Amino acid sequence: MNAEQQYIDLYSQQRELIARRSAPIMNALRDEAFECFRQAGFPSRKVERYRYTDVAAAFAPDYGLNLSRLHIPVNPYDVFHCDVPNLSTSLYFVVNDQFHEQAQPKASLPEGVQVMSLLRAAQEFPELVGKYYGTQARARKDAVNALNTMLAQDGLFVYVPRGRAVERPIQVVNILRADVDLMVNRRLLVILEQGAQAKLLFCDHAIDDRKFLATQVSEVFVGENAHLELYELEETHAQTSRFSNMYVSQQAYSSAVIDSITLQNGLSRNRTDVSLCGEYSEVTLYGGVIADGQQRVDNNTLIDHRAACCQSRELYKYVLDGQAVGAFAGRVLVREGAQKSVSQETNANLCASRQARMYSQPMLEIYADDVKCSHGSTVGQLDEAALFYMRQRGIPEAEARLLLKFAFMGQVLDGIPMSSLRDRLHYLVEKRFRGGLGKCGGCQNALNCER
Amino acid sequence: MLEIRDLHVSIAGKEILKGVSLTVRDGEVHALMGQNGAGKSTLSNVIVGHPSYEVTQGSITFNGKDLLGMNPEERAHEGIFLSFQQPVEIPGVSMVNFMRAAMNAKRKYQGLEPMAAAEFLKLMREKRKIVELDNKLANRSVNEGFSGGEKKRNEIFQMAMLEPTLSILDETDSGLDVDALRIVAEGFNKLRTPQTSALVITHYQRLLDYLKPDVVHVLIGGQIVKTAGPELALQIEERGFDWIREEAGL
Repeated sequence: MNAEQQYIDLYSQQRELIARRSAPIMNALRDEAFECFRQAGFPSRKVERYRYTDVAAAFAPDYGLNLSRLHIPVNPYDVFHCDVPNLSTSLYFVVNDQFHEQAQPKASLPEGVQVMSLLRAAQEFPELVGKYYGTQARARKDAVNALNTMLAQDGLFVYVPRGRAVERPIQVVNILRADVDLMVNRRLLVILEQGAQAKLLFCDHAIDDRKFLATQVSEVFVGENAHLELYELEETHAQTSRFSNMYVSQQAYSSAVIDSITLQNGLSRNRTDVSLCGEYSEVTLYGGVIADGQQRVDNNTLIDHRAACCQSRELYKYVLDGQAVGAFAGRVLVREGAQKSVSQETNANLCASRQARMYSQPMLEIYADDVKCSHGSTVGQLDEAALFYMRQRGIPEAEARLLLKFAFMGQVLDGIPMSSLRDRLHYLVEKRFRGGLGKCGGCQNALNCER
Repeated sequence: MLEIRDLHVSIAGKEILKGVSLTVRDGEVHALMGQNGAGKSTLSNVIVGHPSYEVTQGSITFNGKDLLGMNPEERAHEGIFLSFQQPVEIPGVSMVNFMRAAMNAKRKYQGLEPMAAAEFLKLMREKRKIVELDNKLANRSVNEGFSGGEKKRNEIFQMAMLEPTLSILDETDSGLDVDALRIVAEGFNKLRTPQTSALVITHYQRLLDYLKPDVVHVLIGGQIVKTAGPELALQIEERGFDWIREEAGL
């Protein structure tokens, strides 16, 4: 049986159950997504955007799904021990794909701002959700979109109405939790209306020693003159496969910082597509990857300059050790008419062992004639001269290596606007390099505690 | 203190040092002179354990211990310091973190607790003054964006922090203007004690005017062909190396 067949069978047999436990807005797109998936199947590695990840192999194993929405008992606070209280956030939990209603922050959000289950949002705000859901993450564009659209029953909804600024960062801890090997299909909808401001921090954890396969499709809408900072931090374990597709659309004069850090994982394939739809919009994409052992991390980005006078900056850095494999493919597209675009793309990588492999592919495609764009990529080893210099000063070789790796990654972290998070990430990255992060370690690395 | 016996060293199969013997006693300053390619830097690199060099014959002992069996960091902990001819820039590693890592590694080796942060920063402030190193430089990444003179001053600053017993100055005077040379040399002299020794590699007399070596060696073709008192450096300044070459029958 090929990898697709079990999903085709699953949907054919369970479509009513899936729909019954979800919302009409989500259900409306399922059949079409199913058709797309049935026709196209999983992309082979000949498909440009999937060159570096064997999708079918990742989806081939037999995972359980929680389609009937059984309550999985977990007290997030039991598994989520905080050790740094200095980052004060509004903290929410999503267990697998279910928003945890019991664990809600005490501090209330500004009026009109919503952070809730997507399912509930689809019932309470059907017009709003219906207007945006599925409009960016098209099923025919991508197999993961198709699969997620046909199977996802819930997820998270974040809404900041016009002109509202959410001062306190919103932190969402995604917890993968199961007693059997589990597939999770999670959906995210983030809407910032005109002039709205928010900072979102997503921390992905896997707390059980099970195999997880998680698909996550995020649609992010940044309205005119809105400002978004969105951070994703993955600290799962070697048994976790993550397929994340994030679509961001930005209107005029908006700005966004999108930051993706992979500290601990199994296989991760993160696609990030940003559309600069309105003029004078700006985006900064940061990515940091630390991988060793058998970890695989594939980041695939597209920054689409659709309007004039937009700016994009992109910096991804990888430190690979052991037999880790990293891939970065970043495409910057400047469309006809997108004059005065400014774009800078950099991917720098460090292979600290002989077996580590890095594939780097910066791409620049320009159809306008008055633009300023650059792209570059490096793959190298630790600087032997620097290592010897440090050892001559008495710094043990292992420590010297660590300092160099840490320094290399520092550049990605230093650009993070949120200072408390930046400090925390410096700490976590150092701890990661020192081998101090367990395979999730019961979330003790989390960034916040309200209690 | 330092005892080098019949040292033969190759790099990539080519023999650079062909039987060097040298003894440095406590409190002595030795100058090592010679033309480019004579093997001066090779000798200093071998003493500190650079991995590119292969010792094919001979021995180096330091305070009676076999140095060749130690890795570079152990040699540093034993009290050997090399002021690099070309100090390396290490972007992203701050001087503070770098020095603290070096300092605490040494203290660990000596069986001491890590130094408290406040005490460490106070020490940095004190030692910085010795070579008039700006606070701004101390807060930057190691050697990054430093001028040539600042890099050399930074080397002496690190020496002041780590308090080695044997310092090797590998062309510390090269590329320094008169003022920077004075600061570096005076800084070095402030750090001298009857127990500390130095091996100074240089082409020029002007550094030796400050450092006042006890012994001067001339290295030609991988061998020490002449050893004498400080007057030898003055003779070389005046007459070059050819007469020594002739005298040695080379």
